[in-house]
Amino acid sequence: MPSPLGEVARLREALTSGETTSSRLVDAALAAAEAVGEDLSVFTHLRHEAAREAAAAADARLSAGRARSVLDGLPIALKDNIVQAGEPAGCASRILEGYVSPFDATAVARLLEAGAIPIGRTNMDEFAMGSSTENSVHGPTRNPWDRDRSPGGSSGGSAAAVAADIVPLALGSDTGGSIRQPASLCGVVGMKPTYGRVSRWGLVAFASSLDQIGPFAHTAADCAVLLDAMSGHDAHDSTSLPEPPLQTAAGLNGDLSGRVIGLPREYYEAEGADASSLECVHAAVAALEGAGAKTVPVSLPHTRYAIAAYYLIANAEASSNLARFDGVRYGHRAAGASGLTDLYERSRSEGFGAEVKRRILLGTYVLSAGYYDAYYRRAQKLRTLLRRDFEAAFESCDVLVTPTTPEPAFRLGERADDPLTMYLSDVYTVSANLAGLPGVSIPCGLAGGGLAAGLPVGLQVLGPPLADAAVLEVADAYQRLTDHHQARPGGSR
Amino acid sequence: MSRIDREDVERVARLARLRLSDEEAAEMTADLDRILGYVDLLEEVSTEGVEPTAHVIPLATPLRDDVPAEELPPEVAVANAPASEGTAFAVPKVLDDEAEG
Amino acid sequence: MSFRPDYEVVIGLEVHVQLRTRTKLFSTAAVSYGDEPNHHTTPVCLALPGALPVLNGQAVELAVRAGIATNCEVHPRSIFARKNYFYPDLPKGYQISQFEEPLATGGWLDVEFEDEKGELTTKRVGITRIHMEEDAGKSLHDGSAVDSHIDLNRAGVPLIEIVSEPDMRSPAEAGAYLRKLRAILRTVEASDADMEKGQFRCDANVSLRRHGDTQLGTRTETKNVNSFRFVEAAIEAEVERQARCLDEGEEIRQATLGYDADADRLFVMRMKENADDYRYFPDPDLIPLVIEEARIEQIRAGLPELPDRRRARLADEHGLTAAEAAKLVASAALADFFESAVAAGAPARAAAHWLTREVAACLNERDLEIEATALVPDAFASLLELVETGRLTARSARELLPELLEGGGDPAALVSERGLEAVSDEGALEVLADEVLASNPKAIASYRDGDKKSLNFLMGQVMKKTQGKADPARVRQILAGKLDGS
Repeated sequence: MPSPLGEVARLREALTSGETTSSRLVDAALAAAEAVGEDLSVFTHLRHEAAREAAAAADARLSAGRARSVLDGLPIALKDNIVQAGEPAGCASRILEGYVSPFDATAVARLLEAGAIPIGRTNMDEFAMGSSTENSVHGPTRNPWDRDRSPGGSSGGSAAAVAADIVPLALGSDTGGSIRQPASLCGVVGMKPTYGRVSRWGLVAFASSLDQIGPFAHTAADCAVLLDAMSGHDAHDSTSLPEPPLQTAAGLNGDLSGRVIGLPREYYEAEGADASSLECVHAAVAALEGAGAKTVPVSLPHTRYAIAAYYLIANAEASSNLARFDGVRYGHRAAGASGLTDLYERSRSEGFGAEVKRRILLGTYVLSAGYYDAYYRRAQKLRTLLRRDFEAAFESCDVLVTPTTPEPAFRLGERADDPLTMYLSDVYTVSANLAGLPGVSIPCGLAGGGLAAGLPVGLQVLGPPLADAAVLEVADAYQRLTDHHQARPGGSR
Repeated sequence: MSRIDREDVERVARLARLRLSDEEAAEMTADLDRILGYVDLLEEVSTEGVEPTAHVIPLATPLRDDVPAEELPPEVAVANAPASEGTAFAVPKVLDDEAEG
Repeated sequence: MSFRPDYEVVIGLEVHVQLRTRTKLFSTAAVSYGDEPNHHTTPVCLALPGALPVLNGQAVELAVRAGIATNCEVHPRSIFARKNYFYPDLPKGYQISQFEEPLATGGWLDVEFEDEKGELTTKRVGITRIHMEEDAGKSLHDGSAVDSHIDLNRAGVPLIEIVSEPDMRSPAEAGAYLRKLRAILRTVEASDADMEKGQFRCDANVSLRRHGDTQLGTRTETKNVNSFRFVEAAIEAEVERQARCLDEGEEIRQATLGYDADADRLFVMRMKENADDYRYFPDPDLIPLVIEEARIEQIRAGLPELPDRRRARLADEHGLTAAEAAKLVASAALADFFESAVAAGAPARAAAHWLTREVAACLNERDLEIEATALVPDAFASLLELVETGRLTARSARELLPELLEGGGDPAALVSERGLEAVSDEGALEVLADEVLASNPKAIASYRDGDKKSLNFLMGQVMKKTQGKADPARVRQILAGKLDGS
């Protein structure tokens, strides 16, 4: 019995009954992307013709009764770092200007196979480095709830596209919270699967040992449908788990009885956390308990070191991953270079933005001779300790429930000059990446007071490795109990 | 005490093939110094005897069969190139002091 | 080393060997040679955004074979790391290699070479490590005055790097080590090791020190030398250069050198002012390479006979000298040829003798392997048979060799076609002997006075008249009979 909350299921019915067509859905999505999307800088590229052609083909299949899957004919948005053959993949960077990918990411190929229709590519922080979608060569994306605020990042475009109801579904990537944090700030559901669940083939690498592709939607049920379609072993990715595709959507039954939910102390006691947001989270916990879940206090004692370890590891990997952008085979090349070194230095200096340069420098530094042990290796050891924290915590509970972020959406520009403060806003999300855990953020209300009044608050559900189904089940059960996912910018739907 | 100075930043920039203006170099030095200062937090933790985690996947790397599969047509291989000659990528002539490795 | 007796030469070799696979190390593109630029690439080879490496299992198997065959310990767990540097033929900006935890360590080879006195000596050369890595592409510099062109067909081709201990003390030892290593790798079919195609490339680390010094001197690295002859010549040139520097009290500076074979000259590729900073770290796109012990043992059991064992067997089965057996197995192809010829009826000792001397000399001159010639074991066996039965003299057989190597053919047919058949008609030889005796009374006189060497002169005269086609022993017999008046 699938969850009653699925937008996918509702659209499926409308398509089957002839109430709408794929072409109408895609046209509406493209129109909204041009109107609302342009105002908010949600998309970096739209596929008008290709999407319409795909919709016509989907309609032909539907009318012949040969739908490929529940996703057949539904519009979807792709983050600009997930490649699709024949489409630009710019990663919101000048260095990839004009680049067109000759191949599909595995996740995209599987969604195309299922009949989903990518309508365009969404804005992001350059190479997914950021938490605000301000570090983009296309300019910042605005939060649909308040256009002066950030949608979060780095998958801010995809979160905003769903929040503004431009598309029902979108893909993002999460390296330290880049799906869950913008989902939280935009009032939508965003999920980071267990590391290795979704192939990274075709995801432009930021930090290879942390990156995962994941879904955005209004409900956990819809995220489950997308995850099921994308997941499963892929021989193109050596870090892909040898597991069959997930079948989580069918298992969502709303039942919380017997579930043990851990509440990690360190996530509720952070200094400077927004009190009104925390109230929403506590209310959510109470609702889960009311529906039969049991809660237990747990501790993740190394939490306070997670950000430091994360930035060392992620940027070390990034400094190497971004070496391929050299102006030789694709992307931006500085004009009139004299010699190779000049070509490299000028192309890369012109092509990368300030935050990317900062991270490349940091990553290069911590890997360089004499510093490796002090920084990189030490960070990897902290990673071990963080994993052990989670292993210990999951001995006494099935999932963890926490706030997704310390605060709701912040103002654009507010943290732009302060990289460290920006980094610290990922405090609740980075650990899941370091430990490879599945995590989902779901809307749990609107902040009640203070400067952030009326902005969405996110609740994070984390599970042990491979427990993707469990986190989605808890998230779905919560959404059945409440209607926060119905809230829309400018009033309830 | 600063953890990283201008000279370090410039050395690292050369390794990373980034050219920084004076202003950028000064800003980056200050930013990195702050970030590394924060990172010193890790020194609180005793990590003696702790194995480093390079990867969370507890498996062995998969092995692929030695069977050729579809290749990119050469014209597609160079389609995104800023400069090419035939099906080769073109770069400015390698200078003597730019030798490999 | 005789030419610099005041210094001890210390040589270590790093050999890059292309593994014999159909596809690249981390990409499914075909391994090719001599094709047009960028005709064998995938998104992995081009380092396109979003491309990821997946390890070629056959490359692992071949690398394990190489490790076992060189007496290394093959490690059940090894790690691929990234070696970061920028160069246009290195598309990712890093090379995937193994650094802290290589595939195999601690091996050795027993190397046979001729010492200064020409005696066969055996020396054990340590092998520090064998690691797997990917090759770079090619920068083509000759097309244009302003541009270099980049071809990535070779980018990602699987290599192993075999690093020796600094155990070699002369260019000859280095050459012998390389020959032995190559023979072994070809025997276990880890590599074709075709040097012309760059499948077996050598970097030589050379330093000098005074005899008795325990510290190694400052070393230089001579890169990418691609023939045995050039390795020996390059090392010799570098030893000479360093010795001159030291003689004049100069310091040796760390440098990477290239060898210009045409000019027999070294040139400086770059000075290593500072240590390189490659920022090695475990490649996060690849998890550890794990090879079960049982699999390693299975590969070990499946290996063909290795040269050392084969050498012992050949010497033992066929009564060959140690030197002959060693020379035969130095090339698996030559040893195979030997065994086929013996199976086709060739007398073993004669075959070994001929193959390690006359045939080897011809091959060396032409820089060829036996299998690249037109000579087949059957023909070689029948050539030897002609000699053994006296129908062909050794001298004529030697003359026939180049032709057989180049054009092939049936020796017996060639012999009669060319009229090379030995003069074995007793009557004819008697007549020739009488003629020679009649026109050389002086020689007869001195023979009879006890100067037995005169017989050699007379023999020479008879042989000359037969154009070398008579059996010298028989001629001697006839002449002696006549002179001694029997």
